[in-house]
Amino acid sequence: MKYQSQAVALPYFIAAIALFAGQVIFGLILGTQYVIGDFLFPEIPFNIARMVHTNLLIVWLLFGFMGAAYYLVPEEAETELYSPLLAWILFWVFLAAGVLTILGYLFVDYNTLATMTGNNLLATMGREFLEQPLLTKIGIVVVALAFLFNISMTMLRGRKTVINIVLLIGLWGLAIFFLFAFYNPTNLVMDKFYWWWVVHLWVEGVWELIMAALLAFVLIKVTGVDREVIEKWLYVIITLALVTGIIGTGHHYFWIGTPEYWQWWGSIFSALEPIPFFAMTVFAFNMVNRRRREHPNKAAVLWALGTGVMAFLGAGVWGFLHTLAPVNYYTHGTQITAAHGHLAFYGAYVLVVITIISYAMPILRGRAANSPRAQVLEMWSFWIMTISMVFITLFLTAAGILQIWLQRVSETPMSFMTTQDQVALFYWMRVWAGVAFFAGLVTYVTSFFVKGESKPLIA
Amino acid sequence: MSGTFTKAMARNVFYGGSVFFFLLFLALTFDTMKALPKTDNRHNLTPSAAAGKHIWETRNCIGCHTLLGEGAYYAPELGNVYTRRGPDFIKAWIQAMPTNAPGRRQMPQFHLTDQELDDLVEFFRYTAGINTQKWPPNIEG
Ligand code: HEM
Ligand code: HEM
Ligand SMILES: [Fe+2]
Repeated sequence: MKYQSQAVALPYFIAAIALFAGQVIFGLILGTQYVIGDFLFPEIPFNIARMVHTNLLIVWLLFGFMGAAYYLVPEEAETELYSPLLAWILFWVFLAAGVLTILGYLFVDYNTLATMTGNNLLATMGREFLEQPLLTKIGIVVVALAFLFNISMTMLRGRKTVINIVLLIGLWGLAIFFLFAFYNPTNLVMDKFYWWWVVHLWVEGVWELIMAALLAFVLIKVTGVDREVIEKWLYVIITLALVTGIIGTGHHYFWIGTPEYWQWWGSIFSALEPIPFFAMTVFAFNMVNRRRREHPNKAAVLWALGTGVMAFLGAGVWGFLHTLAPVNYYTHGTQITAAHGHLAFYGAYVLVVITIISYAMPILRGRAANSPRAQVLEMWSFWIMTISMVFITLFLTAAGILQIWLQRVSETPMSFMTTQDQVALFYWMRVWAGVAFFAGLVTYVTSFFVKGESKPLIA
Repeated sequence: MSGTFTKAMARNVFYGGSVFFFLLFLALTFDTMKALPKTDNRHNLTPSAAAGKHIWETRNCIGCHTLLGEGAYYAPELGNVYTRRGPDFIKAWIQAMPTNAPGRRQMPQFHLTDQELDDLVEFFRYTAGINTQKWPPNIEG
């Protein structure tokens, strides 16, 4: 660790991993409810479990992003963090807000929770991914602003590297687009239209900047390739991301009451969205092949390469699969969407957060890299989780194709529920792949506790 | 990438390109907002339908169902449920929950009043009238 204050990243990373485990446990509950419909009913209805699953995902990724920023921004800026104390306070505030919100979902009736937390003053709840009570949403904004203040001041005090600038644009964008979560017009079409300004402009917009910056940082560190080269790549990648991704939002404006012309704009621009993801893969492999040193942290290199490949598969390939309007007409809101959502979130954002954790955590714990034994286990966890997620995706894709065939294409369409019964076999296989994923996650957590001879820092 | 394409050029393309396409997106948004009254069925957005939307949200129906294809994929599409089932069926259905049929997916009992049920139905009547460019492909959603 070059700067003492980078240490504040550690609790963020630990919280991220813990909440990740919670997310996956609720994923297993959901997967089981798909095949045993009354599982845990009425204690935990599906909609509650789903909210916990997706909100934990978002919260732990945000913990990961913040931890990454606290680690990376001082190192890039070559100065101590503006206020480590503020970072610690925000950690506890964010953790408390997150945990209380989840407990609220689980133990308070959702309608009661809404009334208790001011939803009648400003109704923002009950929309997918944005289910948080108003108080939580305000809390998120406050934490985000204080966090941005802290890291922006840090950067302004020091070196303004391209990585820092891109990361900060991404994080500011994240906070700014979240503000649309407060806009919930009664007009359903407008509600949906601006809802995507949070959801799409996050994952296919500003988050890509965050992802590319984190990847670039880790690649510089583990390959020793010239910064100039990496920074040029970085600009090219994020240009491609925003040029395609902003208007690419139109791929959500096909069937929600918006004008027909979005079928053209949305299809064409979003069809180009895989390009930046492809560029990231090429970039990662290129840099690793041109490496000027053998970094002792092999696991971090594996996660970095894995991020490139899996993000391209999940976002690029599985995204392209259903993004053209004539295809999306049939796939819209089916298991195909769920398949893509899983592989894209995993490949891009789960993996990039684990990449930075994998690189930074050993250093935060006072060594250049973990012991070879610990790294082997960590690499096993990469393969188990990644292969399991690929199988989850394949099973959901199979279920989705059958669902579309039986319910939407057929001359004598089946009802939704009858169709679901027909494809139950694939849902069962998804549950088992989910169990394997959980085993991979357990392996990952275990790798932190494996002892052994490790490379000292400053080798 | 050759030496003629410098980092400064890459940076300028990034800022220029992003700003340009964001402005284009804003222009399209502006045009959409002007065009919406023709497709978004706002004249059926009665106070009762608005109240229905509030009930839809505060019971987190989107956590199981899709609405115009967005939401969860655990339970049927409801954007067109008014057309598929009609008002009486919808109300009776909600009141009869949960079915408690063993192994079957369960929907909670929300204890809605008659007024609230009417509002929800009115909301579904409104959503069913939105011009969705002929989506879904058939009545099953
Ligand atoms: C890492 C980047 C991405 C992530 C995390 C991601 C995630 C998601 C998620 C979670 C949904 C479901 C939203 C909902 O619940 O309604 C979704 C929908 C969609 N995504 Fe992505 N996505 C990414 C990139 C892409 C790309 C690059 C494309 C196109 C090439 C794409 C095409 C689509 C389409 C067309 C839908 C709508 C599906 C439907 O009509 O039901 N996505 N995405
Ligand atoms: C044990 C592993 C997992 C299982 C069994 C599982 C299962 C599920 C289920 C059943 C749903 C609800 C689908 C619906 O609405 O009908 C869901 C939603 C979702 N899960 Fe998972 N999940 C798992 C792991 C993950 C992981 C690791 C991620 C992040 C990469 C993730 C991200 C999501 C997202 C983004 C959604 C919303 C999808 C959408 O709206 O299209 N899940 N999951
Ligand atoms: Fe999108």
